[in-house]
Amino acid sequence: MAAKNFVVGVFDDEAVLFPAVKKVRAAGYKIHDVYTPFPVHGLDHAMGLRETSLHTAGFIYGITGTTTALSFMSWVFTSDWPMNIGGKPHFPLPAFIPITFELTVLFSAVGMVLTFCYLCQIAPFVKKHIFHPRQTDDKFVMAIEVTAKSSAEDVKNFLASVGAQEINEQRAETGWWLGRFDREDRLFSEQPAPLNA
Amino acid sequence: MKDQFVIPAKLRTASFVLMGIGVLTLLIGLVALHGEHGSTRFWAGILQNSTFFLLVTLASTFFIAATTLAHGGWQIAFRRVPEAISMAVPVLGAIVFIVLMIIVFGGKEHIYHWVNAEHVKHDRVLSWKSAFLSKGFYTTATIITIGLWAFFTVKLRNMSLQEDTWDLSPESGRRILWRNTVWCGGFAVIFALSVGSTTPWLWLMSIDAHWFSTMYSWYTFASTWVSGLSLIALFVIYLKGKGYLSFVNEEHLHDLGKFMFAFSIFWTYLWFSQYMLIWYANMPEETEYFKPRVWGEWRPVFFLNLIINFILPLLLLMKRDTKRNYTAVTYIAILIIFGHWLDFFQMVMPGTVQELHFPWYELGLGLGFVGVIIFVVINQLAKAPLVPKNHPYLKESIVHHT
Repeated sequence: MAAKNFVVGVFDDEAVLFPAVKKVRAAGYKIHDVYTPFPVHGLDHAMGLRETSLHTAGFIYGITGTTTALSFMSWVFTSDWPMNIGGKPHFPLPAFIPITFELTVLFSAVGMVLTFCYLCQIAPFVKKHIFHPRQTDDKFVMAIEVTAKSSAEDVKNFLASVGAQEINEQRAETGWWLGRFDREDRLFSEQPAPLNA
Repeated sequence: MKDQFVIPAKLRTASFVLMGIGVLTLLIGLVALHGEHGSTRFWAGILQNSTFFLLVTLASTFFIAATTLAHGGWQIAFRRVPEAISMAVPVLGAIVFIVLMIIVFGGKEHIYHWVNAEHVKHDRVLSWKSAFLSKGFYTTATIITIGLWAFFTVKLRNMSLQEDTWDLSPESGRRILWRNTVWCGGFAVIFALSVGSTTPWLWLMSIDAHWFSTMYSWYTFASTWVSGLSLIALFVIYLKGKGYLSFVNEEHLHDLGKFMFAFSIFWTYLWFSQYMLIWYANMPEETEYFKPRVWGEWRPVFFLNLIINFILPLLLLMKRDTKRNYTAVTYIAILIIFGHWLDFFQMVMPGTVQELHFPWYELGLGLGFVGVIIFVVINQLAKAPLVPKNHPYLKESIVHHT
């Protein structure tokens, strides 16, 4: 994983954050991500994120479950181990439907949860860089990547002009790595500035 | 903002033409369907269509009650549409009442064979059921249920119109919420005890008087509820296309589409639950219902019913883009209403007419009832502004984001 340089702006208010996101995008700076303590309606559109394809993945997992259940039961009861259950035919489709339904739901549910975790890079025993410890508490945090076309000073000045309360520079990993927050991280009160500023 | 609906001359003419087709079909039926068998088909067609369209319009009253009790705000922008549709309940209720009374007291027993007291005496099953399946109980229950449905429907509509004349204030907002919740709560209880249990048993299940299914009423409810939601969607899309309902957008349509999608699956769940238990237990007194439908000449209708009402809505409405597309939802809504009309067709006909005919007579009557519904709804829509301006949840509906 490559570490990148970021300029981080911290906002107090959703009402300031929204126009700030639009202005930052209009100015051409590259938003890495925005962290909010609660879901903000319409923020994904403002950031220009594309529609998630999690549904499509869910549909594929679902039909995989349907096919697995129907083909396995059909194989077992018609060729592998035919049994006479209540005098029903060896291919009793109505009796297969509940199990087919359950497996469809199970496959799509488990598959979508794992896909969601992968897409968001969250899992037990992995860590991701946290830009500000209060981003899940009461602050709105916008991380802007410093690219070859922009300088950190410019981004800082621009963030100040759109209303960021607190601005700092960080060099951080973009992806996830193995590790444990509970063992390796210091308490909030013990963390050094600028995170604690 | 266009807030006052003006009836387009074309639609009014269309409703008259449809009603004309219905009356014409009825007259042709009177002449063409003669003899014992013809008379059975004549009344079975009227029974199927009148009960189906009454319960479909009653679904609008239930829509108002359910969304009000859930403190839903999203539907307020088009709440006048289900209100207008629900006003067809008193009209269709009167028709259904007359039809049922003629069937029960007409002296013939080709629809309900339990009306013959002499026959019931010698039939052990029917004599056990005679407290429930008797002319007296049937008539009393029918009068009470249709009367209560009409009363609550008109009451909810009148309250909504009255609220337009109030002053906008926090107190009036609280009063609107409170009294709507109380009356809708009352209606929900009535609805659960009628459509959710006894009404379909009496009106439709008693055609096969020896047979019974505890799923039957819920099955009927699911069928008419999803058709009722489709009917609401059709009128909303029509008004939107004419430039009315400016607060309604893809977000509201998306939610209606989700309802149609979800309740199509719910209907299938009940369809399958009723079928599988009977198939599994395999008892003659229960399987007699499915014998003509699954293994008789009704087989194509039975499976066409499943394709139209489950497989097509499931696959077509699954994508978000379809649910947000006015044209797509229009076609699917028409498909769903036709599908559940066909469902009622295969519920009523195998027990009465027995042979499968091309349903020219039943379809003609159905168009007539569609004409009646259009006529009532456009007249009701024109009576009041299309936005209930004093409702406290109106803003929530305008900014609705699904």
